[in-house]
Amino acid sequence: MTQRQRNALYGYMFISVWLVGFVFLTLMPLIRSFVFSLSDVSITGAQGILTTFIGMEHYIRIVTTDVNFIDALIRYVTEMVMYVPIILILSMMIALMLNQNIRFRGFFRAIFFLPVIIVSGPVINELMSQGAGSIPLIERYGMIETLQSTLPAFLADPLSQLLTEMIKILWFSGVQIVLFLAGIQKLPTEVYEAAKVDGATPWETFWKITLPSLRSIMVVASIYTIVTLSTFSNNEILIRIRQLMFSVEGGYGYASAMAWIYFVMIALILLVTTVIIAPKEKRVKRKRGMRRGTV
Amino acid sequence: MGLSKQKVKKLMFGMNVKDGLLFKTLLYALLIGIGFVYVYPLLYMLSVAFQSLQDLLSPSVYYVPRSLYWDNIFTSFEVLRYTRTLLSSLTVTLIPAILQTFISSLIGYGFARFEFPLKRTIFAIVILTYIIPPQLVMIPRFVLFNDYGLLESMWSIIVPASLGQGLYSAVFILIFYQFYKMIPKALDEAAQLDGAHPISIYLKIAIPLSLPSFVTSFLFGFVWYWNETYTASLFLGNAVPTLQLRLLSFVSSYQDLFPGQAALINEGIRMSATLLIILPMVIMYLFVQKLFIQGIDQAGLGGGET
Repeated sequence: MTQRQRNALYGYMFISVWLVGFVFLTLMPLIRSFVFSLSDVSITGAQGILTTFIGMEHYIRIVTTDVNFIDALIRYVTEMVMYVPIILILSMMIALMLNQNIRFRGFFRAIFFLPVIIVSGPVINELMSQGAGSIPLIERYGMIETLQSTLPAFLADPLSQLLTEMIKILWFSGVQIVLFLAGIQKLPTEVYEAAKVDGATPWETFWKITLPSLRSIMVVASIYTIVTLSTFSNNEILIRIRQLMFSVEGGYGYASAMAWIYFVMIALILLVTTVIIAPKEKRVKRKRGMRRGTV
Repeated sequence: MGLSKQKVKKLMFGMNVKDGLLFKTLLYALLIGIGFVYVYPLLYMLSVAFQSLQDLLSPSVYYVPRSLYWDNIFTSFEVLRYTRTLLSSLTVTLIPAILQTFISSLIGYGFARFEFPLKRTIFAIVILTYIIPPQLVMIPRFVLFNDYGLLESMWSIIVPASLGQGLYSAVFILIFYQFYKMIPKALDEAAQLDGAHPISIYLKIAIPLSLPSFVTSFLFGFVWYWNETYTASLFLGNAVPTLQLRLLSFVSSYQDLFPGQAALINEGIRMSATLLIILPMVIMYLFVQKLFIQGIDQAGLGGGET
């Protein structure tokens, strides 16, 4: 056995656990859930699960008749379009503030990170049910009523939801703040000094130096944000899929089809976000690599 | 006063905006303001949890209860069956977190230190598993676990965790991968020349070096498993009640325990229950807060994922 073969063997040995797990607990379930989504699934006592192929029937039924799901899906997309940029901007702003020469930095950082360790579906539920998901000042001064009376409904509704569910933005940005802070602290100070010598204002340095260098972190942070929000246990689509699993109108097949539609939506949002934020040079590099690959 | 205009200007705006008094004041005001909004739900929880019914109803009591009213906590303690549930919660959280950490280290090491065919493709798939939402594989896993009798037991959480398919396993594999990539090759080449087996190199050299990554993975695994309820509620059912699941069904548990008094459940009791749920995590955070943040710093996730 050559050194290279031995190396490969050991490599496979180390990752074998993952390979086995992936095949049995991810790949096969993925294929099976796709098969379910195209089938009429019935659960029998004796033979286990029986599937009869029915084609796209579930998908068609969801798209044409399941108004609640379509509404929820639209709400989900609107929420993503609003929350992801807000979370990114907010966490970057907080990181920039924490990066200043301030006292109690550790304390502030600990406060902003705290929600990450306690945020869970049931906890958020309890807080929201008592209106503690946002500071009471907003309601006391009738900000929501003002919004609703001045703006058109398609803007006012998500905005007022945003204000009453502020916790959803703040409590989901702890990891991102720390990511950005770590990124900002790694930026070389010489560049900033050189910029200062050249007479650049902090405003200019932010747009010309800080922001472009943070692009790759922005990609990571936005993927993290989207995945966390999309799979959070309070998500109404997730709840609906679970209910449908065991209901007469749904069943495994119908629920699987819904899970697939939702997944395609998440993947699309991830794709669009990454394309928008991804560093420009990297994209060129990747293209070149691909071209080399095809030649 | 000998303060010249220049000096005042310097004090207010500083030499380059950033160290002026005005800037500093604004900065602290913003940080304190945002910080307050962050912890407001917690302050609310703390305040309401210790209010008696009279305090809750009284218009003169806003945030500070007239006296610390511990009965809410005692009631919630009873309804949640706290000690027992805490133990089972810790079991289904700690065991998967520990297993997942070790397995992720093993897998990350394999990708970082060895060359093998299809390595890049397989690693890309590992990363991709991060975006596969749980509800997509949940139904077939449910069927599979049902066939093997793993449902309604801890095994339904432990088995995926120990095969690298647990909660956000991809993140932990990536953390270890990044770390093991940084260890100089010379270190284990020397050991290899001495005739050391790759497994013993991993056990004796790599693991001790990567203890910080172990701590990070364990802490995040612990927190994420603790707070995950979506798949847990499906797989564990009623067999392994966790604190989170008990909070989810708190109102009906309360009604079962105190029949006929359903109307008496109030915000105070519910907030005290919520407080009890987050308490173990908050206590842990008080001690190891720095480790969480250092963990993200060290994970080097900013360097791009591939």
